[in-house]
Amino acid sequence: MATTADNFQAHADHAHDDHADHKPGFFARWFMSTNHKDIGTLYLIFAIFAGIIGGGISGIMRAELAEPGIQYLQFWAEFMGGTPDFDTALHMWNVFITAHGLIMVFFMVMPAMIGGFGNWFVPLMIGAPDMAFPRMNNISFWLTVAGFVSLLFSLFVPGGTGPGAGTGWTVYAPLSTSGSSGPAVDFAIFSLHLAGAGSILGATNFITTIFNMRAPGMTLHKMPLFVWSVLVTAFLLLLALPVLAAAITMLLTDRNFGTTFFDPSGGGDPILYQHLFWFFGHPEVYIMILPGFGMISQIVATFSRKPVFGYLGMAYAMVAIGVVGFIVWAHHMYTVGLDVNTKMYFTAATMVIAVPTGVKIFSWIATMWGGSIEFKSPMVWALGFIFLFTVGGVTGVYLANGGVDDVVHDTYFVVAHFHYVLSMGAVFSMFAGFYYWFPKMCGKMHSELLSHIHFWLFFIGVNVIFFPQHFLGWQGMPRRYPDYTEAYTFWNEISSYGYHIMAFSMIFFFVNVFYTLFAGKKVGANYWGEGATTLEWSLSSPPPFHQFSELPVIEDHHDYHDHIGDAKPAH
Amino acid sequence: MKTLGFHRIVASLALAFSLVIGTPAAMAQDAAATEQLESADPADVADVADPEAVSAGSDAYTPMAPTEGKGMPVAGGWDIQPQYSEDGEFAYGLHYGLIWVMAGISIFVLALLLYVIFRFRKGANPVPSKTSHNTLIEVIWTVVPALILLAIAIPSITLIARQYETPPKDAITIKAIGYQWYWGYAYPDNGDFEIVSNMLKEEDDPTRGDARARTDTDGPEQLAVDNRMVVPAGVPIRLQVTAADVIHSFAVPSLWFKMDGVPGRLNERIFQVDEPGVYYGQCSELCGARHGFMPIVVEALPMDQYNAWVLAQGGTIAGADEEGIEADPSLPPTQEPESAVEGAPGAGAAPVA
Repeated sequence: MATTADNFQAHADHAHDDHADHKPGFFARWFMSTNHKDIGTLYLIFAIFAGIIGGGISGIMRAELAEPGIQYLQFWAEFMGGTPDFDTALHMWNVFITAHGLIMVFFMVMPAMIGGFGNWFVPLMIGAPDMAFPRMNNISFWLTVAGFVSLLFSLFVPGGTGPGAGTGWTVYAPLSTSGSSGPAVDFAIFSLHLAGAGSILGATNFITTIFNMRAPGMTLHKMPLFVWSVLVTAFLLLLALPVLAAAITMLLTDRNFGTTFFDPSGGGDPILYQHLFWFFGHPEVYIMILPGFGMISQIVATFSRKPVFGYLGMAYAMVAIGVVGFIVWAHHMYTVGLDVNTKMYFTAATMVIAVPTGVKIFSWIATMWGGSIEFKSPMVWALGFIFLFTVGGVTGVYLANGGVDDVVHDTYFVVAHFHYVLSMGAVFSMFAGFYYWFPKMCGKMHSELLSHIHFWLFFIGVNVIFFPQHFLGWQGMPRRYPDYTEAYTFWNEISSYGYHIMAFSMIFFFVNVFYTLFAGKKVGANYWGEGATTLEWSLSSPPPFHQFSELPVIEDHHDYHDHIGDAKPAH
Repeated sequence: MKTLGFHRIVASLALAFSLVIGTPAAMAQDAAATEQLESADPADVADVADPEAVSAGSDAYTPMAPTEGKGMPVAGGWDIQPQYSEDGEFAYGLHYGLIWVMAGISIFVLALLLYVIFRFRKGANPVPSKTSHNTLIEVIWTVVPALILLAIAIPSITLIARQYETPPKDAITIKAIGYQWYWGYAYPDNGDFEIVSNMLKEEDDPTRGDARARTDTDGPEQLAVDNRMVVPAGVPIRLQVTAADVIHSFAVPSLWFKMDGVPGRLNERIFQVDEPGVYYGQCSELCGARHGFMPIVVEALPMDQYNAWVLAQGGTIAGADEEGIEADPSLPPTQEPESAVEGAPGAGAAPVA
C-alpha cells in the first residue's frame, strides 16, 4: 500500500510540471495502460476502426439491395473462402447482417460511448485523478479487443451453409444451435462472452468511481448529467449483461454438450432464449443511448449559456428509463405467441417509456429557451440529435402497440425505427461529443467548417437512407432479405443513394481529424467560453497525464451547473 | 357495478376514437377498392394457370389469377397494404390515427426547435436568462404525453382483444408449418392432407432445375408459389402455426397477420379473409440461407369452391358422408409432403446443414 501511495506522489500534478506529465514508453503506455485518458483514447480509436468495418459492411448490403436480384453475394461468398453457389451466397447475406449488428452494437457504440467518452470524462468531471480500478480498466479494454478478434475470426470458419455466423445479432435458437453447424457461431458467441465480461468489469469500475471518488462537496445532485447518464448505464450493464452471458452459455452447451435448454425435443423451449436475450437486449438499447442523452445535456447547456432546465427531472428521467427498460422486453416478441394479457401488459408498459423520454426532449428545448445560442459544431449535431431522436421515438410509440406491431414486426419499418434512434440518435450524440471534447483530448482545434459540412451531408445522407425504409416496412418488406419483389425497388434504390451521401460525409470527418492533429490551432483550457462550467474545463487541453492530485472542492455556492466559477449564483 | 360503468366509459371512448380515425381510413379503403374494380381486367380474372384443369369440369379448382395491387405491395407504395380482414381494417384505422400523432409530435418538436434557434440565437438574444425551473410546465409536459398515450392505449388494447378472439367451435382448422425453406399447409378437418408450397423461380433462373417457372398468373416474382394455401373466404378459420426445424414466421401484410412458427409450439389465432382473392406474404423470422425465398400465398375462395378444391386434393368435407359427396378413394392420396426443390429436405425431415 505504501508503495502505491509513494508512486502516486511521484506523479503528483503541478499543472504543467514536466515531472507530473511524465509518460511511460510507447509500449508500456499504450499496451499496459492504467491511465483513464489513454484507455479512453484506445477505446475511441478501436470504436472508429470497428465503425469503419461495420459501416463498410452496411455499404455492401446497400449495394446488394440497390436493385432486385442477387448481384454481389456470390463474389463475397468466394472472397470469404466459400463456394460461389446460390445458398452460400445467401448465407453470406446473413453473415453480413449479423456482423453489422454485432459490430455496431458491441464494438462501435458501446466502446465509444462508455469506454471512450465515459473513461475520458467521468473522472475529469467528478474531479477524480483516475478511475477506481485502473488495471481493471485496462483488462476491460483488451477483453473488448479480444472479443472483436473472435468475431472477425468467426467470419472465416465454417458456419453451416457457408463461412461465418448467419444467425442475426439476436442469435435465436434453434437457428443458432441445430440450425448452424461449424465453429463460426461458437466463435461469435464467445466474442459476446469476452466483450460482455469487459463491459461488466467496466461497469463495476464506473459505479465504484462515481460513488467513491467524487470531489469533496460534489453531491450526487450536483453531478454533471453526463456522469449521471454513465452511472445509470453502468447499472444497466451490470444487471443485464449477466443474463446475456447465461443465455449464450446455454446456447454453447446446447450446441456442443448435448443440453436441450432451447430444444423442444428435450423439453426445452426456443422462446426461453428470446426472453433471456431480450431481458438483456432491451436495456441494451438504453445502454447505447443514455450516455448520448448525457452528452447532449452538457452540450445544449454549454452553447445556450444556460444551466440545464429541470436538472433533477433530467437525472431521474434517466433513472426511470433505466428501471422501466427492464420490464418491457417482450415487445420484441409480440409475434412469438404471447398470450393476450401478456401482450396487453407489454403494450402498456412500453408506452410508459415515452413519458420520461418526452421530459428529456422538452427539457432540452426549455434549456435553449431564453438562452443565447451559438451554433458551434457540437450544438448543430445536438440539435440534429433532438429532432431525429424524436422521429425515432414516435415510431417507437407506434411499434409499442402490440396489435399494430403484427403488421410491421420484422419489417423494414423496425429497421428504420431503430436506425433513427441509434444510427441517428446514438451516432449523432457521439459526433456531438466528439466535436465538443476532441480539442480537449488533443489540445488542438478542429475545423468548424469541415464539421458543419460533415453534419449537413451526414444529416441528409442518413435521412435519405432510413426515411424511405418506413415506407418499405409499411408495404410489407421483411428485414434480413437479400432480394425482394420488384414493387420494393423504388424506395430501396433511394435508400442506397443515401448511403453514398452518408459515406461521402465521412471523408470530411476523417480529413478533419487529421487536419486537427497535424495543423489544428492550439487551444486553452476552456475553448467554448463561459457556458462550459464542468470540471474538465478547469484543466489544460490536453489535460495533464495525471490530474487532480490536489482535489478540487465544490463549495456550497457551486450549483449543479457551475463547478468552476467563483461568483456566487444569483439565486 | 362500478366496474361495469368503467367498462362502458372505456368502450364508448374507444368507439368515439375509432369513429374519428376510422372514417378517413374507411374512405381510403373504398377508394382502393374502386380502383381495383376498375383495374381488374375480366380476361385476367378468367385466365388460369393450367388450361387442362378447365376441362375437368366447372367444380374443378384452377388457381386464381391475382388482382394487381390487391394483397401485394405496389411499386413505390408507402402505406400499409389495403386490408382484407375485419381486424385488419380496425387496425388500419388505428395505424392511420397513429400517423397523425407521430406527425403531429414530430412537427411540434421541429417547430419549437426552429423557434428557439431563430429567437434565442446569440445575435437575437445576447444575454441568456438564468431560468432553470418551472414546476407548472414540467407537470404539463409529463401529464399531457401521458394522456395522449392513454388515448392511444384504449383502441390499441381493443385491437389486441379482437385479434385474440377465440374462433367458433365449428371453424375449419388449418395448420401452417414452416420448413427450411418452404411452407406446408395441413388441413386436419378435411382429411389431414398436407400441401407443400415452394417459391416459383423465374424462367431464366439457373437454380430452377425441373421446377415449373413462374408466370404472371402465379403472382409477382419472389412472391409466387407452386401450391397455395387455399382457405374459404368470409368465415373465421382457426389458423395454427408451427415449424419443423427452426423458427419461421407466417405473415400476410394485407390481412394484418403475423405469427411465428416455433418448433415444439402450436400457435393459434383466428384468421379471416373477407373476400375471395390472392394475398401474398413472406417468411418473417430469420431462418437460414433461403429465408427470403419461402413466400406465403393465401388464396381465399367461396366455400363451395373451397370444398371442390379440398376434394381435388383428396381431402374430405366434414359432414359430407350423409350427402354422399365423399372424396373418391381411388384418387391418388395427398400430394407427397416432399419439397419440390431438388435437394431440399422433405416435410418433417431434418434440416439441411
